[in-house]
Amino acid sequence: MTGEQIAFLVVALFTLASGFMVVTTGNLVHAALWLVSTLFGVAVAYALLNAAFLAVVQVVVYIGAIAILFIFAVMLTRKDLLDQGPQVNRNWWVGALLSVLTFVGLYSLLQGWDGMSKTAADIPSGFDAISELGNELVSPMGYVLPFEVASVLLVAALVGAVYVASDRK
Amino acid sequence: MVPLSWYLIFAAALFSIGLYGVLSRRNAVAILLGIELMLNAVNINLAAFWRYGNVMHMAGQVFAVIVFAVAAAEVAVGLALVISVYRRRNTVVADEIDMMKW
Repeated sequence: MTGEQIAFLVVALFTLASGFMVVTTGNLVHAALWLVSTLFGVAVAYALLNAAFLAVVQVVVYIGAIAILFIFAVMLTRKDLLDQGPQVNRNWWVGALLSVLTFVGLYSLLQGWDGMSKTAADIPSGFDAISELGNELVSPMGYVLPFEVASVLLVAALVGAVYVASDRK
Repeated sequence: MVPLSWYLIFAAALFSIGLYGVLSRRNAVAILLGIELMLNAVNINLAAFWRYGNVMHMAGQVFAVIVFAVAAAEVAVGLALVISVYRRRNTVVADEIDMMKW
């Protein structure tokens, strides 16, 4: 086992354990904090994949904005139906069964695929992934249209969110 | 070097954990937490296929960036709906939100 493999296994186990705590812990503030540690584990996985930009955006956008939004939403909606009583619905075993079946299905699907044991080629020297990503995002030959559509979607969704959540009578 | 399969199995496991959260939790905010886990699993796959495929083609990372934007939009609208429903019905339990049930 190389150092990289050990680092990957540590990160993966940490992330999966945190993710398991997110869906099982009763206290929702704790669940949101476990989500922060899961997202941090995913950011480290991006760093292991040499996707530096994604790792930074993961920390800034997911941990800095989305997880904090979750914590605020939990604080705004707690009050009386707090954490007592069952946190799972009557059919939780169906959900558990379906998710185990999904994992088994994906796993067996992957076993039958011949690209599984592929290892990554070295990144060519002088190749700057971040500037290449920036060029692709704004070049008309690249992905400028999906990028602009995503920004319009984000603005529309945020305006809609303000409208839906505003307290008007 | 880590083989591609490790990343794919890791992402599949994270996706299944998120799916369990979405299907079994009663609290609507907890359901959104599960959706976030599933979106992250998808993003790990996109980044892994970028790294193990042709590094010169940035499609995987571009797609991951767009998934970030969609996830932010989704969580903003979802939490706004939860807060709005909480204000009207004083509940965030998904089973009790049945205003549109006929």
